[in-house]
Amino acid sequence: MCPLENTFETRELTLSMGPQHPATHGVLRLVLDLEGETVIKCTPYVGYLHRGVEKLAENRTYTSALPLTDRLDYISSMNNNVGYVNAVEKLFGIEAPERAKFIRTMVAEMGRISSHIVWLGTHVLDIGATTPFLYAFREREVIMDLFEMLCGARLTVSYPRVGGVRNDVSQEFLDKLYAFVLDFPSKMDDYETLVTENRIWKKRTVGIGVISAEEAVNWGLTGGTLRGSGVNYDVRKHAPYDAYDKVEFDVPLGKNGDCYDRYLVRMGEMRQANRIIKQCIEKIPGGPPVLSDNAPELDMSAEGFRKLTPEMSLEHAYLSFSGGYETLAPEGEVFSSTEAPKGELGFYIVSDGSGRPYRMRVRAPSFVHASAIPRLCVGHFVADVIAVIGTIDIVLGECDR
Amino acid sequence: MNILGITIAPYIINIVIILLKIAVVIAIGLLHVAYATYFERKVIGHMQVRLGPREVGPHGLLQPIADGIKLFFKEDIIPANADKPLFYLAPVIFMVSALTSLSVIPFFDGFVIADINIGLLFIFAMSSLGAYGIVMAGWASNSKYSFLGGLRSASQVISYEIAMGLSLVGVMIMAGSLNLTDIVRAQQAYPTGMFAIPQFVGFFVFILAAFAETNRLPFDLPEAESELVAGYFTEYSGFRFALFFLGEYTAMLIMSSIASICFLGGWGLPTFITANLPVFLWKALGLGMFLVKVYAFMFLYYWVRATLPRYRYDQLMAIGWKLLIPLALANIVITGLIKIWIKGML
Amino acid sequence: MPSEYLPILIFLMVATAFGIGALLIGGLLRMKRPYAEKLMPYESGNLPVGEPRYRFSVKFYIVAMLFVVFDVEAIFLYPWAIVFDKIGLYAFIEMVIFIVILLVGYIYAWKKEAFVWD
Repeated sequence: MCPLENTFETRELTLSMGPQHPATHGVLRLVLDLEGETVIKCTPYVGYLHRGVEKLAENRTYTSALPLTDRLDYISSMNNNVGYVNAVEKLFGIEAPERAKFIRTMVAEMGRISSHIVWLGTHVLDIGATTPFLYAFREREVIMDLFEMLCGARLTVSYPRVGGVRNDVSQEFLDKLYAFVLDFPSKMDDYETLVTENRIWKKRTVGIGVISAEEAVNWGLTGGTLRGSGVNYDVRKHAPYDAYDKVEFDVPLGKNGDCYDRYLVRMGEMRQANRIIKQCIEKIPGGPPVLSDNAPELDMSAEGFRKLTPEMSLEHAYLSFSGGYETLAPEGEVFSSTEAPKGELGFYIVSDGSGRPYRMRVRAPSFVHASAIPRLCVGHFVADVIAVIGTIDIVLGECDR
Repeated sequence: MNILGITIAPYIINIVIILLKIAVVIAIGLLHVAYATYFERKVIGHMQVRLGPREVGPHGLLQPIADGIKLFFKEDIIPANADKPLFYLAPVIFMVSALTSLSVIPFFDGFVIADINIGLLFIFAMSSLGAYGIVMAGWASNSKYSFLGGLRSASQVISYEIAMGLSLVGVMIMAGSLNLTDIVRAQQAYPTGMFAIPQFVGFFVFILAAFAETNRLPFDLPEAESELVAGYFTEYSGFRFALFFLGEYTAMLIMSSIASICFLGGWGLPTFITANLPVFLWKALGLGMFLVKVYAFMFLYYWVRATLPRYRYDQLMAIGWKLLIPLALANIVITGLIKIWIKGML
Repeated sequence: MPSEYLPILIFLMVATAFGIGALLIGGLLRMKRPYAEKLMPYESGNLPVGEPRYRFSVKFYIVAMLFVVFDVEAIFLYPWAIVFDKIGLYAFIEMVIFIVILLVGYIYAWKKEAFVWD
């Protein structure tokens, strides 16, 4: 028992939430100081999923570092790949052919939908509604199947390549995708019927985790988390890469910067992503999907493996991935950022003129957002911490790298 | 009485009959609880575009039994520093208090284990006892998540108990009794056959309070999976966990039975049926009616669980104290006024 | 009549025997392999920090106190509701006065923010 003189001190409860907790989306650990049920202090701890992706990349060629980026935000590996190849292309000073740009835009938006769908499902599940979670995974399955059809992988795709994409899209794929695109808005309506105007949902999210526009910018928030506060900043609009300058889309904005607005923004983004995919399918030009001069020639699609030609032998494949054929990069450094589903994903690459990056640094939105959790949580209830974690949409693979 | 030449005192025969009745009710009650979980998983499964259990037995029909066997043989982990006697007893108290309520529920006309004149009050008393089990579990586990869950649950259950108690006063005024059989009979005599229509406010309050009392969505905060992991039974495993589970589902069954008996007419049938059919037939029909109503209410539980998110703790308390209690009080006063007006006493 | 309550007593004993009996029989059959990590209370995969039985919010006590007041009210309402037919208008007015008095306390508690959680 505690001594008598301490008996009358107010004692807070220190509660460790995570890394093994159903609602911390991976291995985030929050140490909460509670007074009653109110959070008075919140300290996030990251690093449980650190694998040293940045360091690993230094020992790999530019091509073989690509699969590492799959493992950053593993929910949307396609967007990480697109971000990475854009940075490397900037370093090499090359540009992908037009068709490849459209394909990349298309698959990146598919990645955005699949990422947002997982966000929606888990976020809503945390607040207690179970059904949208399963609805969401039904649609995600379609996208996963399409990815599988496209490149053989479902989760860690490694589909884009420096100078293009790995293989061309088939007409069958485009048809199936188009069918999905036409169907998806009605599925969105399904989710929205269950959630958007639900009174309990609004009670749980309106006015929770409010952050003003100015503060959001100062905290370095990006993506939907920033736009929920009403700041119109979207890399796809302000520094268009790939084919984003050739498609029309709106940037949904929130007003109040609370959980509900962030929710609305992400729901809007899904509809816009759907719109972009539709335009990409309609406008996709012909031509080669990859620059044959600059990029390592590798047909890694399922068929490619089966009919290996003499000049494209297994040995060739091995060499180009193990670094036997190093494409020498020009000396210098680049920073290139893309709009990943979680926010602005930046790659900073320093080259010393060899075939491998001297230093690769990832500006991961989840890491920045995780740092804002205390700001959003303090003063709220424990239950609101769950809403906040859900709404800023972090993935620890990207945060810890 | 004389059986095989041995004289048996009548009270022993009475006790044997009571024991048989109890055995039947407990066995069938537990089977219902087991299959309520199966029903829930199937219903929610189909609402969520999946199939629910399918592997064990045809259409997964043996799944609840497989679950029971698994839980029976699972290791019983008692956390270090736990308050052992309380930790041992808590699930038993919780389960027993829920199960004992079954003894006053009339399943059909004339079948009730204990036909006491304060049946409704007895059920309230038992559900209050159940709260002890929850608090003890939260306290004894020596875990913060359990403790928070236990506290939350205690204040939730006692808050909503008031609302529930008040919501049924209207029914008591109309029926003039606390005996559940009498309440059903009073409804039979009533033109609409059920109190849910004149007592719609009371029924509304009762539904919300029933959801909160049994810790179900949208009020499942004590065991809010995403916040408190599993609330007060976080540390429980194996058969002790199963006892909590049994208790919870029995409580749901009890609440559904009360809804059926006090608001939906129970086993009551129109008089032209009871007058023209043989007794055993209309009694069986009455049992069928009762079960259909009970399962309809259970279905409501599942439907809501598949549809709604969960309230926050302060919102839950606000609904209980600021909305349901005034509503229930107003309902009592208005019911009394109308009753007096009908009787021409004004 | 106490004999009406006998079945309840028997039921209580049978139910308790079922609960404890199942636990005891199960205790003989199931395996037991405890070790320190398994017996640690759950705290999201970390070593527990501090004492879990901390001092909790006074709000819980307030709820308990309010509960006593209102539950007693409900208990007073039950017998009144049952004999409502027989006692008529006079008792009704009496009970309305009783409810109004309670309502004053209720409004007081509301104004004192006893129902606000923070």
